Amino acid sequence: MVRRRSITITAGLGVLVLALGACSQGSSSSSSTSESDSAEGTTTTTIRYMNFSANDGHEADLDRIVEAFEEAHSDVQVEVETIPYADYFTKLQTAVAGGTVSDAFELNYENFVTYAENGSLAPLEGIDGSAYRESLLDAFNRDGTQYGVPTSFSNVVLFYNKTLFEENGVDLPTGDWTWSDVQAAAEELTDADAGVWGNYQPISFHEFYKTLAQAGGQFLNDDATEATFNTAEGVRAASWLVEKAGTTMPTEADGAGTPDFDSNLFAEGKLAMWNTGIWMFGGMADTDFEWDIVVEPGDTTKASAMFANGAVVSASSEHVDAAQRWVDFLAASDTTTEVRLETSWELPPVADESKLSEYLDVTPPENRQAVLDSLDAVVLPPVIERQQEMQDIVSEELGSAAAGRKSVEDALADAEDRVNALL
Amino acid sequence: MTRPQPQLGSEHAAVEAPGNPLEADARRGAGSSQPAPARRSPGRPATTRRLSPRVRTTGWVLFFLLPSGVPLLVFTFVPMVSSAWVSLHEWNLISSMTWVGLDNYAHLLTDPGTRRVFGHTLLYIGGYFPLVYAGGLGLAIVLNRQLAGRAFFRAAYFLPVVTSWVVVALVWQWLLNPSNGLVNQVLGFFSLGQPGWWTDPAWAMPSVILASAWKDVGFVMVILLAGLQAIPQEMYEAAKIDGASGWKLFRHVTLPLLSPSTFFVIVISLINGFQVFDQVYVMTGGGPAGSSQVVVGQIYDLTFRYGRAGEASALSWLLFAVILAVTALQIRGQRRWVHYG
Repeated sequence: MVRRRSITITAGLGVLVLALGACSQGSSSSSSTSESDSAEGTTTTTIRYMNFSANDGHEADLDRIVEAFEEAHSDVQVEVETIPYADYFTKLQTAVAGGTVSDAFELNYENFVTYAENGSLAPLEGIDGSAYRESLLDAFNRDGTQYGVPTSFSNVVLFYNKTLFEENGVDLPTGDWTWSDVQAAAEELTDADAGVWGNYQPISFHEFYKTLAQAGGQFLNDDATEATFNTAEGVRAASWLVEKAGTTMPTEADGAGTPDFDSNLFAEGKLAMWNTGIWMFGGMADTDFEWDIVVEPGDTTKASAMFANGAVVSASSEHVDAAQRWVDFLAASDTTTEVRLETSWELPPVADESKLSEYLDVTPPENRQAVLDSLDAVVLPPVIERQQEMQDIVSEELGSAAAGRKSVEDALADAEDRVNALL
Repeated sequence: MTRPQPQLGSEHAAVEAPGNPLEADARRGAGSSQPAPARRSPGRPATTRRLSPRVRTTGWVLFFLLPSGVPLLVFTFVPMVSSAWVSLHEWNLISSMTWVGLDNYAHLLTDPGTRRVFGHTLLYIGGYFPLVYAGGLGLAIVLNRQLAGRAFFRAAYFLPVVTSWVVVALVWQWLLNPSNGLVNQVLGFFSLGQPGWWTDPAWAMPSVILASAWKDVGFVMVILLAGLQAIPQEMYEAAKIDGASGWKLFRHVTLPLLSPSTFFVIVISLINGFQVFDQVYVMTGGGPAGSSQVVVGQIYDLTFRYGRAGEASALSWLLFAVILAVTALQIRGQRRWVHYG
């Protein structure tokens, strides 16, 4: 009996210890780093890096950069975690809240502000700024402190199916085109019965702030205290997006908005013009028709969207120095530049444009110069602290207008009220 | 002290037990003046023990509770308490928390968004419950008869219940695809209207209700089937001798004797209904234009999309209070219409 009781207690304690162990595991260390001293002075540090931009096709390319870094810095090992973009920010937020965030991670420009403001990022010191394109480096600077380095950027251009244009005897798009040229060509090329559409441009926040700039409007006032998009320019921009749906562009009920709908449509040769990002170059390399790009047509003025991604170091990292060396290498090393250009994986943020020459030689598309030309008139997305809510509101209201549930004017007025409530 | 009548068999007991725990406890408590089982259980004489048998038994009880007690404590009670704490703060998950007292609750109670999501949730329950109950009862009655392949049909109707919601929701999204879904193609073949289903605000919630009823009808069927089988045949015989038949048998014998199972189905369905999330998240994402956003969906969005964890926690507690109140009302009301044999 005595023995049995002690077994009971031991077993009970065992269960308790296990349970406690299980719950402390999640919150114990802020980074799963390990240090192993092999001899005096040589320590290998393992840092973790979380990213989204290698997802879906560029995982091996990122591995190449990691290998090159580890060769150059034998004391640091990088463990990469790649998450799909759609889940990335939820995962990141949860990891930060749970204290399990990686030592370094990727952020896009829109979300950078939130993390910098909340003290989640370690300031980077002694970064060689001259290596970077200045505007991009500045995007990751907050009140004079550099909290991140730009790792890549990309922009949106107008893709067009050259074969489809030529077969129908329609003049090919040029860099001088405006909305009305797009509209005329799109109407001519749309053949709804055959499932061929003239144009596809998502009806969303990201397209709206850009078309608004193309129409000469501004999304927020200069000190971001008030929404300024409910204007004649705003109505013009929103109408441009909304009125395409169902005429020259498939509607949501036709399947628009579902994942890969637009890329499949274009790849099948059933889409004449497509406003999308240069990250689609790789995916469209093997189509059985010819295609090319031009700088996105504007209205009263040109404006191209630019997406900037950066790498930051977590304020809670125990290896800030090693993590900073990694993000610096990831951003500006020659290996990175080479890998990115070779694989058409967005553009490296390097200041030296001659390093980009190789990029222009790869085809398709023929007219890669348009990617660089687009940088002449860039409009960055408006950024506020409650970013996601603002984006959802604008996309939702425009969606209601596109589905005919509201007039464009009402949708913009409602969106303005709701965005103002966030500021 | 009444125990379940022997002739009702084990299936009845299985159904009744979860249905009226309070009732069962009350009876047991009222009738029992026996010593606690532990005290009279002989075991081996505890001559060498200094601990009293009572303490020893309690120790064992606690030990056997560990496997479920520890997870319950760690994954349910601790999060509940911490969500109550978070609900008194403003917190975006990444910065430190700021104390705001009851502001989150005050904001939620005045926010039209809260009323909207509760409204959508009630609409869901209002559409879902009659469908699953009528469907489940119909299936249970049919499958309670002697018919070929009965076991197969019972299993087939139960299959969706044990299937992952994500799979079911994706299949239904595909079936209800407005442009090329099977449902609209069939409707088009008969020249009927082809609703926009989950792309049309007026149809988004009906789409979700349809999928949910299809998935859960098997569960309701199994509960009601067990209830039907627990109804003693003598009752029917007696009623028939008195001249009842058809509808009257159903109305005055089957339904009243099925009421404990019905009560159980209502309680479970309402609790699950208030917590509806997975199917909405996958099928419509709360859209279009927020037309199918439900309470739990709002809690999720507030926390993980918008970084308003404090408000989301407050909304969770509001939902908890509503479910508790509704369930308490049901338990009070049951005496009027639930007949336990």
